[in-house]
Amino acid sequence: MDDTAHGAPLTGDLAVPSETAPLLQVENLQTTFELSKKLSVCAVDGVSFEVHAGETLAIVGESGSGKSVTSLSIMGLLPKDVGRVSGGSITLQGRDITRLSDTEMRDIRGKDIGMIFQEPMTSLNPVHTVGQQIAEMVIRHQNLSNAKARARAIEMLDLVGIPEPTARVDTYPHEMSGGMRQRAMIAMALACKPRILIADEPTTALDVTIQAQMLELMQELQDKLGMAIIFITHDLGVVAEVADRVVVMYAAQVVETGPVEDIFANPRMPYTAGLMNSIPRLGSSINKTRLEAIPGTVPALTSLPAGCRFHPRCSFATDVCKVGNPVLEEASPGHMIRCTRWRELTLGERRAS
Amino acid sequence: MTAPLLEVDNLKKYFPIHGGVLQRVVNNVKAVNDVSFDINAGEVVGLVGESGSGKTTVGRTLLRLEQATSGNVRFGGVDVMGLNATDMRSYRKRMQIIFQDPYASLNPREKVREVLTHPLRLHRIGTASEHEDRAASLLEKVGLSRDHLDRFPHEFSGGQRQRIGIARALAVEPEFIVADEPVSALDVSIQAQVINLLEDLKNDLDLTMLFIAHDLGVVEHICDRVIVMYLGRVMEIASAADLYARPNHPYTQALLSAVPIPEPGKRRKRTVLKGDIPSPINPPSGCVFRTRCPMATEDCAKVVPELKSVGDGHTSACIHTT
Repeated sequence: MDDTAHGAPLTGDLAVPSETAPLLQVENLQTTFELSKKLSVCAVDGVSFEVHAGETLAIVGESGSGKSVTSLSIMGLLPKDVGRVSGGSITLQGRDITRLSDTEMRDIRGKDIGMIFQEPMTSLNPVHTVGQQIAEMVIRHQNLSNAKARARAIEMLDLVGIPEPTARVDTYPHEMSGGMRQRAMIAMALACKPRILIADEPTTALDVTIQAQMLELMQELQDKLGMAIIFITHDLGVVAEVADRVVVMYAAQVVETGPVEDIFANPRMPYTAGLMNSIPRLGSSINKTRLEAIPGTVPALTSLPAGCRFHPRCSFATDVCKVGNPVLEEASPGHMIRCTRWRELTLGERRAS
Repeated sequence: MTAPLLEVDNLKKYFPIHGGVLQRVVNNVKAVNDVSFDINAGEVVGLVGESGSGKTTVGRTLLRLEQATSGNVRFGGVDVMGLNATDMRSYRKRMQIIFQDPYASLNPREKVREVLTHPLRLHRIGTASEHEDRAASLLEKVGLSRDHLDRFPHEFSGGQRQRIGIARALAVEPEFIVADEPVSALDVSIQAQVINLLEDLKNDLDLTMLFIAHDLGVVEHICDRVIVMYLGRVMEIASAADLYARPNHPYTQALLSAVPIPEPGKRRKRTVLKGDIPSPINPPSGCVFRTRCPMATEDCAKVVPELKSVGDGHTSACIHTT
């Protein structure tokens, strides 16, 4: 795609039916890791998507698919000296943020883009109280006085449903339970009212009952604050619950993307369909069937197969799949598929549940 | 009606907390508190619960990887808690464990050959020359090949490592296997492969299994019966079909309703539990679930509810059940 003017409405394949310009637009993103002088791998290879205000975009994939590296690229948090954005653009509200300096990125992180991670204990600082950590954000970005920042911290803790926020503001992360810590981290991420929240596996380490609390909280906060959410996860159940649109990644590429109903009811890329069929669903004890496992393993990025990257594991693969690089093609509005054979394949109805 | 293969009666496991100048026992973490259940030969029984519910401790105590504080475990009619070290060895041969983390449970310096022949040597099964063939056939059984014998664990993917962990557990031809979260660390597409493998092995080798997991979908898929634990106690026991269709205990109901369904727009009515699981050091009096239970009344604080029958082979520990 050509270099269109920033913020101008998209034309062509990548456009999603929408009146307004996207909040965040990732175009043909390439992120390279230099493992040694001679060896480098492309952990994100030509990824494009966009996020609009108030919507939730889920990025789904297995380990090594590049979903987390995509989010680190957006936030400018790639490990120094090893990883870098080597191509494409990330446009935040009309401004390309891939070439910003560290200082400029620091102004964006926390203020325009909030982040929450899988393990709250590693992202909260153990030697500061949660109140101090939230206050630090608003002092840094919004120039509030100490007293006002503390008041904001209490307000945020209350907003995320932490009981007795005036007392809790002075506790340290280790004094909180896992669920409370995750709430505190969300409070911190949202303290400056960012337009976009990137949540990287935010509920993976939590028990289902706590996960249910968290998903409910995030949805409630989105309704209240109107931010867009990029939700990175491998759990298809969570995706179905939170997402408006889905990006499925495999071996550093987007292999399918579309509205959530389309992706679940009518997956067109064999990998997506395979994932759907390989998860045990509730209700399986009534009608016991064997799981349809995807054979083989995810290829290493250092030894990717030629042709379609999924073809060695694909039960629909033929000789045409072993050559060339399939591109993303639009099957229906907003539903894109990277599969040479998608027009001829009937992947069948999803298993009855 | 034959006797169950495994009978667990009033099993307790307390981990002492030492404190003060003299490092006396000041309190206990009541990880497993009065747990009783049976497992019949050939059955796969699921043990579910959130972190801190004591499910892993139950598995480890059964195998005497932890010493029980009190209670009885009978395996094939023999009380295993009272066995001495020598007798225990022959009992270990009949019971094996598969661990959660395939990265941590294999010695990185041992080739697969050593991993698989070690238990054979330890239990003096067969001759050294037979071991090689035995190891190779174990690998084939779990979907790997003889060529893999001379490789080290780091040369395998997570799913393959878990297959090696399974092969190791099968090496001594056990009757009973404790599988502690065997697929939790694996990617979705690999998880299905390992679940299918466990099902095949169970059928081919007539295994009895205690399947510990927090993923309720996986448990329903693979288990015949399910035990639900919360804070060291059993809340409900039922056949998988019964438990998922007609959960009786308020905790089981909340737990099942919290599982996200992979169907957009089809959100169930959900009971979102408030708060977190309390500390097992000072569990609530009476019913341990009462502090988060939407149905709790004053009576719930008074007595620890016993498991009562609420249907065919279906028991539930709640004073409000009928």
